[in-house]
Amino acid sequence: MTHDEEEKLYGLMAEFDTPEALVQAAERCRKEGYKKMDGFSPFPVHGLPEALGLPRNKVPLVTLCMAILGALGGFFLQYWVNVIDYPLNVGGRPYNSWPAFIPVTYECTILFASFGAVFGMFTMNGLPKPYHPVFNVERFALMTNDRFFICIEAGDSLFELTRTRRLLESLKPHGVYEVPS
Amino acid sequence: MKEEASLLAQVREKLQGLKGPQFWKSLDELADNEEFRTYLKEEYPYGAAEFDKPVDRRDFLKLMGASLLLSGLAGCKPQPLEKIVPYVKAVEDIVPGKPLFYATSYLFNGSAIGLLVESHLGRPTKVEGNPEHPESLGATNLFAQASVLSLYDPDRSKAVLNAGRVSTWSRFVTQLAEDLESQKAAQGTGVRVLSGPLTSPTLLAQAKEFLALYPKAKWVEYDPVFRDYERAGSELAFGEVVDPVYSFDKADIVVSLDADFLFSLPGSICYAKQFISRRSLPGDGMNRLYALESTPTLTGAAADHVMRSSASDVLRFAAALAGKTGVTIPSDNTPLTPKETEWLNAVAKDLNANRGKCLVVAGRDQTPAVHALAHAMNKALGNAGTTVKYISPVEERASRHIQALKELSAELASGKVELLITLDVNPVYNAPADLEFEKHYLKAPRRVHYGLFVDETALMAHWHVPGTHYLEHFSDARAFDGTASMVQPLIKPLYAGKSPHEFASALLGKKDESGEDIVINYWKKIWGESDFTTKWRRALHAGFVQGTVSAPKNVSAKSGFNPQEIAYPAAAQGLELIIRPDPSVWDGSFANNSWLQELPKFLTTLTWDNAAIISPKLAEKEGLKQDDVVELKAGAGVVEASIYVLPGQPDESVTVHLGYGRTAGGELAKDRGFNAYRLRTSKEPSFLSGLRLRKTGKTNRLASTQNHHSMENRDLIRKGTLEEYSKDPEFAVVEHHTPYKGDPSMYPQYPYEGYAWGMVINLNACIGCNACVVACQSENNVPTVGKKEVLNSREMHWIRIDRYFSGDLDNPEKDHQPVLCMHCEKAPCEPVCPVGATTHSDEGLNEMTYNRCVGTKYCSNNCPYKVRRFNFFEYADKNVETLKMQRNPDVTVRARGVMEKCTFCVQRINSARIEAKKADRRIKDGDVVTACQSACPTQAIVFGDINDPESAVAKLKKLPLNYGLLTELNTVPRVSYLAKVKNPNPELVPNTGVPSHGH
Amino acid sequence: MATKHIKKSQKETDESILGGDHTYGSVNEKISSIVLTKEFKPVWLFGFAVALTLFLVLQISVGRLFTHYIGIWGINVPVGWGFDIINFVWWIGIGHAGTLISAILLLFKQQWRTSINRFAEAMTLFAVACAALFPILHLGRPEKFYWLFPYPSTFGVWPQFRSPLEWDVFAVSTYATVSALFWYVGLVPDLAALRDRTKHQGLKVLYGVLCLGWRGSARHWFRYETAYLLLAGLGTPLVLSVHSIIGLDFATSIVPGWHATIFPPYFVAGAIFAGFAMVITLAVPLRKIYHLEDFITMKHLDNMAKVMLATGMLVGYGYAMEAFMAFYSGNNYEIAMMKNRLIGHFAPFYWALIVCNLLAPQILWSKKARGNLVILYIVAMFVNVGMWLERYIIIVTSLARDFIPSSWHDYAPTIWDWGIFLGTFGLFFTLFFLFIRFVPMISVFEMQELVHKKKHGH
Repeated sequence: MTHDEEEKLYGLMAEFDTPEALVQAAERCRKEGYKKMDGFSPFPVHGLPEALGLPRNKVPLVTLCMAILGALGGFFLQYWVNVIDYPLNVGGRPYNSWPAFIPVTYECTILFASFGAVFGMFTMNGLPKPYHPVFNVERFALMTNDRFFICIEAGDSLFELTRTRRLLESLKPHGVYEVPS
Repeated sequence: MKEEASLLAQVREKLQGLKGPQFWKSLDELADNEEFRTYLKEEYPYGAAEFDKPVDRRDFLKLMGASLLLSGLAGCKPQPLEKIVPYVKAVEDIVPGKPLFYATSYLFNGSAIGLLVESHLGRPTKVEGNPEHPESLGATNLFAQASVLSLYDPDRSKAVLNAGRVSTWSRFVTQLAEDLESQKAAQGTGVRVLSGPLTSPTLLAQAKEFLALYPKAKWVEYDPVFRDYERAGSELAFGEVVDPVYSFDKADIVVSLDADFLFSLPGSICYAKQFISRRSLPGDGMNRLYALESTPTLTGAAADHVMRSSASDVLRFAAALAGKTGVTIPSDNTPLTPKETEWLNAVAKDLNANRGKCLVVAGRDQTPAVHALAHAMNKALGNAGTTVKYISPVEERASRHIQALKELSAELASGKVELLITLDVNPVYNAPADLEFEKHYLKAPRRVHYGLFVDETALMAHWHVPGTHYLEHFSDARAFDGTASMVQPLIKPLYAGKSPHEFASALLGKKDESGEDIVINYWKKIWGESDFTTKWRRALHAGFVQGTVSAPKNVSAKSGFNPQEIAYPAAAQGLELIIRPDPSVWDGSFANNSWLQELPKFLTTLTWDNAAIISPKLAEKEGLKQDDVVELKAGAGVVEASIYVLPGQPDESVTVHLGYGRTAGGELAKDRGFNAYRLRTSKEPSFLSGLRLRKTGKTNRLASTQNHHSMENRDLIRKGTLEEYSKDPEFAVVEHHTPYKGDPSMYPQYPYEGYAWGMVINLNACIGCNACVVACQSENNVPTVGKKEVLNSREMHWIRIDRYFSGDLDNPEKDHQPVLCMHCEKAPCEPVCPVGATTHSDEGLNEMTYNRCVGTKYCSNNCPYKVRRFNFFEYADKNVETLKMQRNPDVTVRARGVMEKCTFCVQRINSARIEAKKADRRIKDGDVVTACQSACPTQAIVFGDINDPESAVAKLKKLPLNYGLLTELNTVPRVSYLAKVKNPNPELVPNTGVPSHGH
Repeated sequence: MATKHIKKSQKETDESILGGDHTYGSVNEKISSIVLTKEFKPVWLFGFAVALTLFLVLQISVGRLFTHYIGIWGINVPVGWGFDIINFVWWIGIGHAGTLISAILLLFKQQWRTSINRFAEAMTLFAVACAALFPILHLGRPEKFYWLFPYPSTFGVWPQFRSPLEWDVFAVSTYATVSALFWYVGLVPDLAALRDRTKHQGLKVLYGVLCLGWRGSARHWFRYETAYLLLAGLGTPLVLSVHSIIGLDFATSIVPGWHATIFPPYFVAGAIFAGFAMVITLAVPLRKIYHLEDFITMKHLDNMAKVMLATGMLVGYGYAMEAFMAFYSGNNYEIAMMKNRLIGHFAPFYWALIVCNLLAPQILWSKKARGNLVILYIVAMFVNVGMWLERYIIIVTSLARDFIPSSWHDYAPTIWDWGIFLGTFGLFFTLFFLFIRFVPMISVFEMQELVHKKKHGH
């Protein structure tokens, strides 16, 4: 096949029946030195991230930052309202009756942290994503049912159609498919 | 002239269709008469021109439209054109937002109460007492307070009626003239005038003039709450009729023979003040009150010792007591029980030990003999001239009302009466049943009615003439001590009514004499022309005529009575019926006043209804409980009444109140409770034996505002005896649950520099007379909610008077406690409001921001005193135009869905602040007087700056009796109470079990 | 040793919480088919009709409320809160089981949660929706409810943050938001499954949009699992805080019967108690109608029964402490309040509550009873009623008899109080019926995970 055909290729995809096979495949490909690859499974498969050599994810960090932001913001709102912007004598309580401000501060913390976790996760996952090449593979529709896929992207420095195909086939997949971009 | 007639025809047609009286103000207006033209000129100088030409149908319709609109502008009525004189400042011009005060007088039960009436831009809005008037001394009673609402009553009669169809004054006068003309020849043999007690000098003069004109005519006086027995009694004792005037402030020992002198006598406001002045601050010289009662009253509640008795037996007690105090009396074959005798001995001993410094008072509803005995005792004890003096009767003719009415109805029955004129009385409703007045009334071929309302009598009359409210006309009247008091109008008649004097002058055949001139001419006769204007102005300015107090008469009661004079009643068998005027609608004349209808009647806290009041024992015996409907059969009549069980009621008697069961006279008046007049007989109008009571099985829920009568061992009202007090002055401060010593708060104190408003309520002074409640209502635009809502405990009063019973269930101690917002420094209501609608001012006021309130009701839930009130519906009437005129412009009218409560009359604080700022000084003690405080006859309520050690309130708060309500909650209330100290006779304490403090 | 034991029990659990012989596919098939089928079960239609009718009752009652104002209810002074706040607390409480099952049990790695967490969470959402109505409806001026939120208003004033009601605003809105997120995040992979499964083009697009283009990438799963776990970690303290704050509405006041430090914890226990009762109430019919016995096994019901028993005992302890402290305090008002409940005016309600919440659950000590659906269902019903009575006792009896006897007055609900109460059931079940028909009521991917675990026993 010609060079520009390769250009239109997103990558090569192999289909497996079990998560175990998928993990082994991932480990093998990693040993071969492939970097730009990804696994696909109907449910989170244990060991797969390690096998693919994924870096630590940042979701916890984002959540922590949002939590701190929420706590500070929550308390400051109450402090500013009661002490600076519009101080009122409420039942002889001091303007800054901080013990009474704790619950709202607490709730703000949790609210912001949750936003951090959820929206952080979606953004870092690049979701929502209306289009993605992997869906071009017919059988990929079965993934959510009970299929497991690995996909080596054409962008990988080591990617070379025939050699990569040979590698994937050597893993006794259910099948290997080209993923048009 | 012809045109007008044709127009009137049209008007009648139109008006037949028109429901809702507030849509048109008066026929004169529509009939395009002189008054309306001038009115228009004043209101619409330009538009007036069109109305000068005769009216055709089209214009008439325009006019209807206009009057619909104008009715809304009723508030813009101009100041009266007559010269009236402001009490404090000259009225060159009215400063908007600055109320003016005018002195006038309110006629209640035939006696004048001096008032200062607050007027906002020509709208009288609030009534205050006139400090210089002898029957007011600056205070008022609940009727005077509520009278301002009657002025704006939308149900007031608005047009002259002829056979129920709208007519005009001029037509009436013509008709009347004809009728009287026909009587001239017979010297008025067939003419009868029926009016209330003639205590107005001017009206009396007119009456005399009338009788001179028609010698054979009769002018009858009738007041359903009459003083016949009193008069018969004084005749029996003195041989002539005199009015007693008491000086309770001079009496160390007071004995009440079924007399409710603290509330229902003419002069009670002043009497209450005198009496309380001797016990408000306990100590030496504290007076002692023994009360003999046939039904619980405020006087009994204030007494140190109460003895219950059937009304008929009061005579026995009186005689026995008289015997022990040096009056010779016929012997009684049914002697008193040992307990009663023991009680009497103690009383007699006390009286004899305090000769010249004691007082025996007989009740209006007691028989002549009892009155005579009271007079005799006061003479024997040397009280005459010291604690009681006698004056010639305030009601000059001192007629016997019942007797007179009896004769009148007999004459009616026999058809002697050809023209009956009822002047401001309602006999068809309130005549004793056995006279069958209703039936005989119709026998008079010509019946004329004059009054504020189209009442039962008006409906049966040929002619009805709308009267004027006392705030709309000039008049005069005598106070209980004879003082001639002035009545001056604060507003032009709202509904083209005629003043009693104008009406009377019509009787005299004088055409269109102005009420003012009539009164002026009378006083001109008294004072003479010279320097009249000054005297007149001075009188109006002061509200009464200086030095018209009747001089004491030198009379002496006889010192003994023979069996003819004092006939002991046969030992009472069966139940006794007690008939009394209602504590809030009185004889029924206030039945259309929503403030009074919803005012919790003292002791029962009933609203919107009257009831058959029985004792717990009787209830048990008859198997009755509250709300059961029973059939009462007595004297001439039968009624169905709901039961109210009241501890302290004598076991063998049933008390009913007059004033209910109205069938006309306003939307609120109609069809409430039962008509007790149906049980009244002319022979025994006040009490009668042989009452039969039958269960009907029906029930009717009574709306009482307080359904729990015990204090549940809580330190709410703290009281003790003078003995305990002298032993341990701080007995009241002892807390049951001692709060954590030291500051129980984790927060720092909020500093209150400058003014710190606070209040002390002296429970020794409070007699529970309800004047403060109505005063607050009229000052603060507090709405009424109606029976249905009261049943669900949604009444809106900002100040309420809690009433608790303690001790013996059959004859309990009755204590009152006014409760209003405590303005707690650590208010529990404030921190729980999510929107900050209730907050504290830096002067310590607990303030509601109505327009911020969203109505969570959390504040009310968290208020331990439950003084917060919630607008569950749109309670404030925003549709009836006239009611809007009554509202105090300085106080917000609250909307639906918001919380409200006492503000310590913040509007008054602020107006005082403005005055102080203008004079560049601090607000002085006494500059701010809250509405409740100013209405209180006994000065139980004291308000002021507690940061100022010299203020009266600060001084009171230093007294050992001073205690706070629920202070263990650390709410730090700004309102505190002075514990109640009673002065029981040490020899009697055991049997009347005055409980020790707290419990 | 300990670990081995855990492994063992873990194994058992796997057996007993997933019946039948299921594969990844069969699970997906079974669950998705309920959603993707065209036919409507008559049972469903009937139930939905009933629910809609009740929902209509709610709309009428609320309409009446807005046109005739809050006076149409039975509340008064002193009893300023009645059915409105009772229902509020009751519904919020019910919600708590959902969050508990999905969050706390997840943290404790309780496999059995998997097949019930989805509809438990849905239940939470709908219960909170019902509850959230009342804080608005109970206002004298409901049209001004937004004044409770901190926004720069033209008044220049702000909410009053010392008020527990203001805390409620934050607690409830946070709770609603986080529960919704949690539910949706869990739903995303299943929506993807539906997308891939449905033949209908329109639905494909719809589900495709809703699942945000999920493609099961390892990277995604990696972050997804962390985020899900974090949410659980956040949801746990949240669910505890929410009912604690509701408890503070009462505890921070001074009303005898409200002013008790035990309220926050015992409100939380009560919430979980009530919640599990409701889960059982819903789960028992569901598994029958949709033949989910394999997924919602007796083991689940057994566990839930145990939780109910445990929390029930906690609540009982709460009652005991409340009574004890009242007398121990020596406080006149507290004692009077407690006497009112034990032997006084309100005794019937109080003892009914004790029977429902304390006695009825005791039968669950017996394994047989826990295994008997009828008994279990009846007990659950008792608890539902009992927990409502508890709120009635707390709110009404305390207010009706507080400090000053002169102001004591009783409370009687009107037809409109009942209308709104019943109406909220309409709202709840309308939403719930829609949910079970149009959303996978059991988490597909988590069940597949379970199948995987079952296969390999780890």
